[in-house]
Amino acid sequence: MAFFRKAVEKLKKGLSKTRSLFVGSLRAVLPAGRKLDEQLLDDLEEQLIAADIGVRNVAKIIEDLKTAYREKRIATTDDVIEALKTEMKMYWPEADRSLRWAPSGPTVILVAGVNGVGKTTSVAKLTWWLTQQGKKVILGACDTFRAAAVEQLTIWSERTGVQIVKHQMGADPGAVAYDACEAAIARNADVLLIDTAGRIHTKENLMRELGKIRKVVANKLPGAPHEVLLVLDATTGQNAISQAKQFRDVAEVTGIVLAKLDGTAKGGIVVAIRNELDLPVKFVGLGEHPEDIEPFDPESFVDALFA
Amino acid sequence: MFEALQDKFSGVLRRLSGRGKISDANVAEAMAEVRTALLEADVNFQVVRRFCDQVMEKARGQEVIKSLHPGQLMIKIVHDQLVELMGPVDSKIHFVSPGPTVLMLAGLQGSGKTTTAAKLAVFCKKRGKRPALVAADLQRPAAIDQLQTLGDQIEAPVYRDDRTKNAVAVARDGVKFARDQGCDVVIVDTAGRLHVDAELMDEVGKIAAVVQPHQIYLVADAMTGQDAVNSAKAFNERLELDGVILTKFDSDARGGAALSVKAVTGKPIKFIGVGEKLEGLEEFHADRMAGRILGMGDVLTLVEKAQQELDAEKQAEMAEKLEKGRLTLDDFRDQLQQMRKMGPLKQMLSMIPGLGDQMKGLDIDDREMDQTEAIISSMTRQERERPEVIDGSRRRRIAAGSGTEPADVSQLLKGFEQMRRMTKMMAGQDMRGRMQMMQQMGKMDLLGAKMPKIKGGPKLGTSSAGKLSKKERRQHRKRRK
Repeated sequence: MAFFRKAVEKLKKGLSKTRSLFVGSLRAVLPAGRKLDEQLLDDLEEQLIAADIGVRNVAKIIEDLKTAYREKRIATTDDVIEALKTEMKMYWPEADRSLRWAPSGPTVILVAGVNGVGKTTSVAKLTWWLTQQGKKVILGACDTFRAAAVEQLTIWSERTGVQIVKHQMGADPGAVAYDACEAAIARNADVLLIDTAGRIHTKENLMRELGKIRKVVANKLPGAPHEVLLVLDATTGQNAISQAKQFRDVAEVTGIVLAKLDGTAKGGIVVAIRNELDLPVKFVGLGEHPEDIEPFDPESFVDALFA
Repeated sequence: MFEALQDKFSGVLRRLSGRGKISDANVAEAMAEVRTALLEADVNFQVVRRFCDQVMEKARGQEVIKSLHPGQLMIKIVHDQLVELMGPVDSKIHFVSPGPTVLMLAGLQGSGKTTTAAKLAVFCKKRGKRPALVAADLQRPAAIDQLQTLGDQIEAPVYRDDRTKNAVAVARDGVKFARDQGCDVVIVDTAGRLHVDAELMDEVGKIAAVVQPHQIYLVADAMTGQDAVNSAKAFNERLELDGVILTKFDSDARGGAALSVKAVTGKPIKFIGVGEKLEGLEEFHADRMAGRILGMGDVLTLVEKAQQELDAEKQAEMAEKLEKGRLTLDDFRDQLQQMRKMGPLKQMLSMIPGLGDQMKGLDIDDREMDQTEAIISSMTRQERERPEVIDGSRRRRIAAGSGTEPADVSQLLKGFEQMRRMTKMMAGQDMRGRMQMMQQMGKMDLLGAKMPKIKGGPKLGTSSAGKLSKKERRQHRKRRK
């Protein structure tokens, strides 16, 4: 259970930075017992916008609060926090958050995202996490574009003690994916984690390449990829919605990894993405070490935000 | 988006159109739309609040200029205010003499520092400098290799020391290395760090204290949301930044971070990073950025440019020809040359509202325009006036004369025929109508450029569906008035 305790501490520590700012200001806005009025709702609106939840989603939340107030379900600020908590926790039901496993053979997880969001680091973290679960993991280094990306993943594979399938820089990522699938089958791996190159979601040819990688995997292993995880940078603003849309359309994204949640960014964009695209968050990244990862837990996420 | 914002403005402000002045109540209503637009563009909410107050102040009681509608005037005020806040722009690197000029990059993880370091080196090389790169990112695995690979690509020496974990020492030795190598610019790449990471923020402060950079740039992601103010502020307090480089501008992010970062640091945005190619470092233009944040393209600049550059007399003459559908290839060439005066075609197209997004990532080669001109210049006068006479043998001669293939000539003629049909429709439209036409022209394969296919867009030049009868046109005009 030491691992579990450590994990909880980690999450708390990571979120505490987020929390201190968010709650610090929320507290200022919501002193206990304050009556709900227009001014308070305006303040609350700004706080939620500052969390990157998005102006339209915030408007909806505020509307809901107003309705609740009219219907006398809430009266003071204490009720507001409870109402927000209850509301937000419902966004992410548990069934959506767990990984989908292959019924037999290797489970393939494809990891994608725009440049610099933390894909390779997230792959390293997922490797660590899966290894902790007793899974045999193999890595596919399909970012053959960015200088030294293969080296970066190789270093992580050594540190986490797993095998890696790689080609030369500039090689066809589809070919790497194919070889990685073969290796995963031949070596009886439980999970194949595929790292891909960062691509801006508006670049059609790069997005097609991602679609192709997906297709190669699907042809090689029926039912694969079982998960397509989109890595989002928690500091990203409203553009994350556009990213999620494009990647979903091209690669059939199944979930989000919310990286870099250990900064001051509030990561509220996942609320917007949940509302607008119905994509669940599966993991959060909270630092630069392989163990800085946690399955997304809305309960503690929301609690930590509003505690 | 521009249309949407303008429509909203017009709706809000319609009631005052008779009075010719903008009233407080109308302004407040319009500002609610501006606020939403800015927030959707990720401008920090506190910055938005201050901005809206300033605009209200400016707009209050302003007389509506005759040529503009109240809605347009509001947009102009908002636009001008955005430009004022994001400017003045200084896209020069101030090189010192004697060198080397030391440039240092800092920023959050994944903002694009290493790529930007290489892009800056290319930028300096183009200005006749000899840059060296220093790999002081000792945190991320293989970061040094990444910089080395990029350095090899652009043929710039890279200083690295794989044995140490001391980034301060690497930076210091790197500057000395550059001096020994006879380089006159040193670009120090540092590790990405969180602004709340006290240890690493100390480190970056120490690096700056030891190498005494002439310029320190913050590298920030254009897609950053509300948090942009927090990180920019922290880096500025620690490092006394000289400027900001915004990256990933090839995304469809509206880039409100530009305004946020400028507002909290007061430091100019020097460059924007566009694309993965190492030439992709561009000067920052506050006016274009303003248009992008508002989601309206750079419409004001385009209108101004068009007014300045297009010779009025020629236009009148052209209009008559257009109306009668008597456009010749000579006129076509004139038009191309006129367009060129306004700047590169790609840049111009991207300024047209609604077209901008589709033009992103599209490579319109100005060389293709050169080719087009060469083909036309290789024709006889008769051929230019009556392209119908061009047969296979003439086509081969023209191709040989212009150094192109007969297929290129055919493609040009086909494009020209489409354009001729379209210009007939364009005649008799006002400026706005013409712009809409131009948008649609963008969808045609006019210059043989690789235009993107636009889903659901109307097909022009293939049917008469888009054409209006005289009566319809008159009705349209009336409605617009």
